[in-house]
Amino acid sequence: MGNDNKKEISRRNFLKLTGVATAAALYGCKSENKVSAEGGAAGEVPADKMTYRINRNTGDRVSLLGYGCMRWPLKQKADGSGEEIDQETVNELVDYAIAHGVNYFDTAPVYVRGWSEAATGIALKRHPRDSFFVATKMSNQRGDFDLQSALNMYRHSLNELQVDYFDYYLLHTIGGGDDGIETFRKRFIYNGLLDFLLKEREDGRIRNLGWSFHGDVKVFDYVLAMDVKWDFCQIQLNYQDWQHADNVRNINAEYLYGELVKYNVPAIIMEPLLGGRLARVPAQAMSIMKEVHPADSPAQWAFRYAGTPDNVLTVLSGMVYMEHLQENIRTYAPLVPLNEQEYETLEKVTEILVDSDYIQCTECQYCMPCPYGIDIPGTFGHYNRCVSAGKILKSANDENYKKARREFLVGYDRSVPKLRQANHCIGCAICGTHCPQRINIPDEMRRIDLYVEQLKQKMDF
Amino acid sequence: MLKKIRQIAAATFFLLTTLLFLDFTGTLHVLFGWMAKIQFMPAVLAANAVIIAVLIIITLLFGRIYCSVICPLGIVQDGISHVAGKRKGKKNRFRFSPPKSWLRYGMMALFIIAIVAGISICVSALDPYAAYGRIASNFFSPLYRLGNNLLAFFAERLDSYTFYSTDVWMKGWITLGIAALTLLTVGILAWRNGRTYCNTVCPVGAFLGLISRFSVFKLKIDADKCTGCRLCERNCKSSCINLKEYKIDYSRCVGCFNCAGKCKFGAIKYLPLKPDKKKNKAVLENNSEGQSLRNALSLLGLFIFAKTVKAQQLHVDGGLAVIEDKKIPNRKTPLVPPGALGAKNMKARCTACQLCVSACPNGVLRPSDRLATLMQPEMSFERGYCRPECTECSQVCPAGAIKPITPAEKTAISTGFAVWIKENCVVNTDNVQCDACERHCPTGAIIHVEAESDNGASLKIPVVNKELCIGCGACEHLCPARPFSAIYIEGNVKHHTV
Repeated sequence: MGNDNKKEISRRNFLKLTGVATAAALYGCKSENKVSAEGGAAGEVPADKMTYRINRNTGDRVSLLGYGCMRWPLKQKADGSGEEIDQETVNELVDYAIAHGVNYFDTAPVYVRGWSEAATGIALKRHPRDSFFVATKMSNQRGDFDLQSALNMYRHSLNELQVDYFDYYLLHTIGGGDDGIETFRKRFIYNGLLDFLLKEREDGRIRNLGWSFHGDVKVFDYVLAMDVKWDFCQIQLNYQDWQHADNVRNINAEYLYGELVKYNVPAIIMEPLLGGRLARVPAQAMSIMKEVHPADSPAQWAFRYAGTPDNVLTVLSGMVYMEHLQENIRTYAPLVPLNEQEYETLEKVTEILVDSDYIQCTECQYCMPCPYGIDIPGTFGHYNRCVSAGKILKSANDENYKKARREFLVGYDRSVPKLRQANHCIGCAICGTHCPQRINIPDEMRRIDLYVEQLKQKMDF
Repeated sequence: MLKKIRQIAAATFFLLTTLLFLDFTGTLHVLFGWMAKIQFMPAVLAANAVIIAVLIIITLLFGRIYCSVICPLGIVQDGISHVAGKRKGKKNRFRFSPPKSWLRYGMMALFIIAIVAGISICVSALDPYAAYGRIASNFFSPLYRLGNNLLAFFAERLDSYTFYSTDVWMKGWITLGIAALTLLTVGILAWRNGRTYCNTVCPVGAFLGLISRFSVFKLKIDADKCTGCRLCERNCKSSCINLKEYKIDYSRCVGCFNCAGKCKFGAIKYLPLKPDKKKNKAVLENNSEGQSLRNALSLLGLFIFAKTVKAQQLHVDGGLAVIEDKKIPNRKTPLVPPGALGAKNMKARCTACQLCVSACPNGVLRPSDRLATLMQPEMSFERGYCRPECTECSQVCPAGAIKPITPAEKTAISTGFAVWIKENCVVNTDNVQCDACERHCPTGAIIHVEAESDNGASLKIPVVNKELCIGCGACEHLCPARPFSAIYIEGNVKHHTV
């Protein structure tokens, strides 16, 4: 009963706060024009206040904000024949980041359709080699796991990044596959690839060797307990995944982080924002946050959360826009650790997030391209943005039915070309094995398609 | 005064009729759909006796007002002729010419034979309303949509949902060609000789001309007042004033009242009396029937402006598979929309005005390329399918070729049936399980069964229950096989209830 009341109130709040929701929706593109004493979204971007963490193994002084290079901006080619990396913008972003104390850059051979390493290499080449740490990965998760193609990938990375050693090198996305442990062995053990990488570390071409984890916790435990000294481990950590990962597609970060502390392995954090979802929280969640810190954005909260634990070496963010970069630098220059009260606030926010029907997509593009042309992240992204804005209808009798219906349908066609929408999913599930969040993509596609049909046909639901 | 009234009425009718072809949201039809239904030929084909009777009575009372006010093709000609008359030295450019009766009545006879014999191409080519409809839907509608897309482009940037962008696509080359030819012919004739088309080619004009000879109200030349200046004759678009004999050919007069407006001596009057034959002349100045034209031009200007700004291109996404365009399967029986009853009714009643084609929000209807049903609507599903909630075409059809139906009725009208093509199916070509056709079938007419009945682990293939299939095309449109779908709809000659 009490619970019912609470829901009632939050719904009313949520209607009242559409304005806030709009602000939240807009947040993705623009910084807010507010200045506060600590960590406001706008104002000065300090160049010399970045918080650094020391890598216990090498003594590296790593900036708490790390640059994720999986979302570099693209532009249309001049001859209109397709897209390419917007190198000029990449250079600007990298220069700005380095000038403001960011020194960790994380890429992979498969990022941005395979263009990320080269673009990152070009941008970094313009800076002294000792002014940055560059991380890349062994992305042999797709294919036949043979040593030769892995070695080719390794050498290709050195060339693309234009470096003669890697500061950080990761075994990419450990924990995937139907039988995670066996997949790991196939990828790195049977073919001798791990031995090769350990040798490379001895020879100094890999300064830190680690791995990134997604998926099956048994593999996490197995790899962590191996007789190999891991210099670091990259895990997904944010306030929603701390205790509320569903433990099917994601493991509670509380557990993962705890294990890393136990094994004395520094943690590198990915998805601090869940692909931007924690920057666009629903209106009720927003209002809880704004009550505590009126000037702080949800993204700031999320970054402070991810950066607060001591064993965190750096927090990666795939920043596409200068405004994001600036805001994140402000958040960590310097970091103000979360206090007890703030943790409690985020606990409440998490409850709201877990209750809402987000699709747990971080728009990482790993599932793409779909052989049948579906824009999977685009479709999920549109749906999630509507969840954030409180515009997913619970029933045809909702007060805002007409408006929300139009906005969903018109917005859908704007975000995703018609032939790439959910109704064209054939349910082949080829994408299923690629998703690091373990989303059942065909099921979610059906769910969205059903919702769309309900709106289009003006059905009662 | 009479001329002003005619101009305002014509402009209103013209704009609203044109808008019927431009509006793709289905809102205007609710208010102004009747404007298409009072057009002469659609009313004849719809066998709407009331409208035909009213039109005949109006003509019997006032002459060929229909041609001046209601017929959009007539108003287009007035517009073109008006512009031509603005040229230097062309102000008073018309002069009397004897009627070409053999031609106009020949055309009318041909037209009637075509209706009776069911040569629909002749009927649709000659019907003035349909001719204008094709011009509007082929030339004006794309411009209108591009303009809309421009607004949608800005709306998107402003986070507004007021406008949404819509597809602009080539629906049929032949129809476009015929529309262009019509516009060219009518345009040249109007530019040089005003209403020549209406009085030589147009069968509706010829028919109404037969009636208007006997109309009650007529323009009459008062020979006593006439000074013989011939201004009236020189300004008669229909070239029907024979001032030498103080006669007006009422079968050709479209009741534009330009002559009455021009006469400085009040020698031409619109009266319910027999004309008095005395000696006199009429005087004229330049005409100024600019209302419809000005409106049309400002609309055109808007379109041209819109066209200069390109509609927005694809969004930026991360690595998308190329989607090949679908090709139209070779259907043995053309698909006509639910409400059309079947191929026969469609062929007999449709004037090919393209109103339904313009109104279809799902990209399903397009003019036919087949000779027998040329330019009449046909369904195909490369761009969308006949969605369950939509009955737009049935609501807009003025000719009764597509009868009004409700969405509920639509669920039980079988326009065709699905045919599976094994070789194209991705289950066979890509070796993946796909259930797109079954999942989207609104009537449950498709189920999946084991490809090999003795092997439980095999992939499943679709089978169609023709008894349940309504031919909506959801399966065909959403089938992943490209360019030819692995399941397509074959038309029913006569629609039936499932």
